[in-house]
Amino acid sequence: MRITQGQFSFLPDLTDAEIKKQIDYALEQGWAVAVEHTGDPHPRNTYWSMWGIPMFDLKDPAGVMMEVNACRKANLDSYVRVLAFDSNKGFETIRMSFLVNRPKEEPGFELIRSEGPGRCVNYTIRSYAMARPAEAQRSS
Amino acid sequence: MTLVDEARPETGAAEDAVDLAALYEQSSIGAIMDGLDRDLIGLKPVKTRIREVAALLLVERARRSLGLQAEPPSLHMSFTGNPGTGKTTVAQRIAEILHGLDYIRRNHVVSVTRDDLVGQYIGHTAPKTKEILKKAMGGVLFIDEAYYLYRPENERDYGQEAIEILLQVMEEHRDDLVVVLAGYKDRMDTFFKSNPGMASRIAHHIDFPDYTRDELLDIAELMVGQMHYRLDDEAKATLKDYIGLRMAQPRFSNARSIRNALDRARLRQANRLFAARDGPTSRAALATINAEDIRASRVFTQ
Repeated sequence: MRITQGQFSFLPDLTDAEIKKQIDYALEQGWAVAVEHTGDPHPRNTYWSMWGIPMFDLKDPAGVMMEVNACRKANLDSYVRVLAFDSNKGFETIRMSFLVNRPKEEPGFELIRSEGPGRCVNYTIRSYAMARPAEAQRSS
Repeated sequence: MTLVDEARPETGAAEDAVDLAALYEQSSIGAIMDGLDRDLIGLKPVKTRIREVAALLLVERARRSLGLQAEPPSLHMSFTGNPGTGKTTVAQRIAEILHGLDYIRRNHVVSVTRDDLVGQYIGHTAPKTKEILKKAMGGVLFIDEAYYLYRPENERDYGQEAIEILLQVMEEHRDDLVVVLAGYKDRMDTFFKSNPGMASRIAHHIDFPDYTRDELLDIAELMVGQMHYRLDDEAKATLKDYIGLRMAQPRFSNARSIRNALDRARLRQANRLFAARDGPTSRAALATINAEDIRASRVFTQ
């Protein structure tokens, strides 16, 4: 199941040239760009592992691409995303977020029913990726 | 590259010809070179080399428009020369020039020294160097007094690590980054001797010659003009004598010595005006440095 999270996720995967252009836009706005990765694509998994600290004072996307490529190389079979943080007063939040790498195989989610008090049933989802011990370890 | 695409229809049906003159007109090379001639006095070999590089980039662009692809030329440079010969000034302008020639994407220079690249403990150097490199991407990385990076007397020095990362990035990101190393001639020579990898990756070794007396006088007048002062005729003659005497003295550092001399002349001029503050001081008096201000220098009494 193809994960759709962040910007552009319903489009075909961005090429490197397209990623560069998006980063270029973010840098032009004065946003700090960061790279993050995870093995757990659960939609509520907000905080991914940081790949180094966010990059401040960059002028050109080539510097960010260096880190993107390094992160992809180290996490071939994980999700990697690029974030752009806007520090302007009133925003002070992530303004852009898009995937730049996804695993070859995306196993999707399992629906879990748990019995509550009475005849109540609670539903939740759990990513199959987390069921594999190696993956679970990586994203911890 | 938009310029090339625009140039295509002009070269017309003949797909095997390109109008270099038109390409030259479209680019801003002419204006840049004029600016260089105007603002930098002397430095013949430097200007010649910059002109050669400009020609290379122009021809490269023409070749590309005809589909003759080649690796982008390596433009890493090393500037060597005595103190005050304009190495830093030229480095600041190199970004502007290469940007005008469409070789680099941004018109920015990141100027660093050893402290910015080399860390203080194990594992500190690589992230530090990489961060600087990332910041410089797309523009020019200017490493002043680059020979400090390598300290042969300490084999555990982390400078070597910084050099290795630098070399790797210089090779892999040739089209993203231009590295300019600068330093005094003799020490840079030792540096390159002990780092042959660095020497071979730098295509352009540019030597900055010392200025002649007349060039120094021109520089002085340019500096004075930029500070909105002017020298009267007598002051000019005195300054010429001063330069002749100063050049013979130890620790003469070319244009830097001239700037210092002018700063001291300004100080004396201010004191002279202040001492005679009875009446109103005219605009001309405020702007003029006269012979007496220069003549008071220690150089004349020694």
